[in-house]
Amino acid sequence: MTKYIDTPIFGVLISILAFEIGVFINKKTKISFFNPLLISVTIIISFLLIFNIDYKTYNKGGSIISFLLGPATVVLVVPLYKQIENLKKNSLPILVGIFVGVLTAIISIYYLSKLFGLDEIIVLSLIPKSVTAAISMEVSREIGGVPSLTMAVTVITGIVGNIVGPYIYKIFKIENEIAQGIGLGNGAHALGTARAMELGEVQGAMGSLSISVAGLMTVFLAPWLVSLFN
Amino acid sequence: MKIFRQLVIIFGVLLMGHMLENIIGLPIPGTIIGMVVLLICLIIGVIKVDMIEDVSKFLLENITFFFIPAAVGIISSSEHIKQQWLPILMVTILSTIIVIGVTGFIVQALERLQKGDGGND
Repeated sequence: MTKYIDTPIFGVLISILAFEIGVFINKKTKISFFNPLLISVTIIISFLLIFNIDYKTYNKGGSIISFLLGPATVVLVVPLYKQIENLKKNSLPILVGIFVGVLTAIISIYYLSKLFGLDEIIVLSLIPKSVTAAISMEVSREIGGVPSLTMAVTVITGIVGNIVGPYIYKIFKIENEIAQGIGLGNGAHALGTARAMELGEVQGAMGSLSISVAGLMTVFLAPWLVSLFN
Repeated sequence: MKIFRQLVIIFGVLLMGHMLENIIGLPIPGTIIGMVVLLICLIIGVIKVDMIEDVSKFLLENITFFFIPAAVGIISSSEHIKQQWLPILMVTILSTIIVIGVTGFIVQALERLQKGDGGND
């Protein structure tokens, strides 16, 4: 059996199957906490633990899937381009909003971490977690965090934002399409944007924009703010 | 053939992003530079949306799926997480809610100001 598990086919196959199950449960129950990503990851982790398969073995197939994150991130620009006129007309609220969002992220993470008594190295690993994984890991390394931990919390952030985003908008009466997209993109990167795309075309485009702009702002602001905190 | 041609364009842009990443030398990943490159190409018309439409659609519709291996990776990087997993999770959840709420609120307020339909609520 091990010889079949030890091929890329295993990782690819279990990921697709688990995701199909996740999508099925999500559609049947219509409960947003039963998020397809959350369900599939739970299924795969349980499977790996039960059958004592290590992550490296799974990742032989997993890395093939992860590889597609790069091109998928690049083409996030397509929905953005389709909304470029809308973007130009609203550039001021959008840019100010993203800037405030980036500041809010870094400052809130810092003070919440202190409140919960986290170690310095964990605080530094959490600080860039709101932006897309490629950037958050780079920034984490730059400011002295642990990139692999940053990767983990970045993905958790994405799942959380993907699930709670629409509820936040309902509670705080945020109905503006642009605001919804920027909020999800800023708070939960590509996974937030995936949810924004479900809310509408404008939301999706604005989410995409946030990923790159908030990412770039974080590259420059995070090291500076961290030096201010100390 | 159509799909191959679209893949060539998208991977070409991504490769350019990675090449520029090395040239620029800032901690800005090639994928983000690739986004900027693609946006510029679309604006100046070197690349038309329909030249990459099908593959883009496939990638965007399934972007959540591509995160699965990264998320599963949480089990292998858990030394720091295991000791303090609950506070880490709390900070992650709370800050995500705050960022989405504050950002959305600010953009909506500024949008209302810009449109001039009563910024007083």
